Amino acid sequence: MTAHRVSYTLDSTLETVNSAEEAASQIATEAGFDDEEVMKIAMAVREAAVNAVLHGNAYDPAKKVTVDFERTARELVITIRDQGKGLDLNKIPDPLAPENLLKTSGRGIFLIRSFMDQVEIHPSQAGTEIKLIKHVRGSAAGGKEASQ
Amino acid sequence: MSMKTSNRQVDGVTIVDCSGRITLGEGSVILRDTVKDLLSKGNKKIVLNLGDVNYIDSSGIGELVSAFTTVKNQGGELKLLNLTKKVHDLLQITKLYTVFDVKDDEAAAVKSFAK
Repeated sequence: MTAHRVSYTLDSTLETVNSAEEAASQIATEAGFDDEEVMKIAMAVREAAVNAVLHGNAYDPAKKVTVDFERTARELVITIRDQGKGLDLNKIPDPLAPENLLKTSGRGIFLIRSFMDQVEIHPSQAGTEIKLIKHVRGSAAGGKEASQ
Repeated sequence: MSMKTSNRQVDGVTIVDCSGRITLGEGSVILRDTVKDLLSKGNKKIVLNLGDVNYIDSSGIGELVSAFTTVKNQGGELKLLNLTKKVHDLLQITKLYTVFDVKDDEAAAVKSFAK
């Protein structure tokens, strides 16, 4: 099976978050992942999009969020980029630490890592790129061809 | 589907029936405003019935934590009722399941409040 790639360039708005989540859900479904895996992939994409819009681009209308989906026979790779200052990886708290349990934020990256097989975060001065990878296994290995 | 809430009183306890999604934006704001409104009216025994909440994101989790601590800081109690599997699993992996008082029976939830 050849790779299928779909790319979106989106505004820094809450609608973008919903659009990215819906696209992820559709593409993961088409790739043959089961309902639970689709939910996890869509939620990971939602959380990454939230980070890009809020913490990366800070709702700046001049800055865009790009979301790339690439599906091969082996994996679904989703790359989300913002144009912010670049995430400081040292400032990501451990939300499971007792002193952080009752904090009202700081769980997004943790959930992303929990739901995906592999997560790569590449911050730079031009923005942050986060790559979410889900390996194809079981029924998804024989998934339908993507429509794009 | 956005979030909706409706309140009812059972033996001095306010049950907030929630449905839809508790996510960044509208869903989180509705939950925050609902709890704030209840506290301002002196309703400090609150049960959030999440039986029809089919989705919650990290912002929604944060809003539940915020509601829990806000009510507690004002001398009240907030409990969760009827978690769906998705919400249950999320609270498990974030280690919040043991922080919240989670019930699966409304009558038992109401009885569990101090008189």
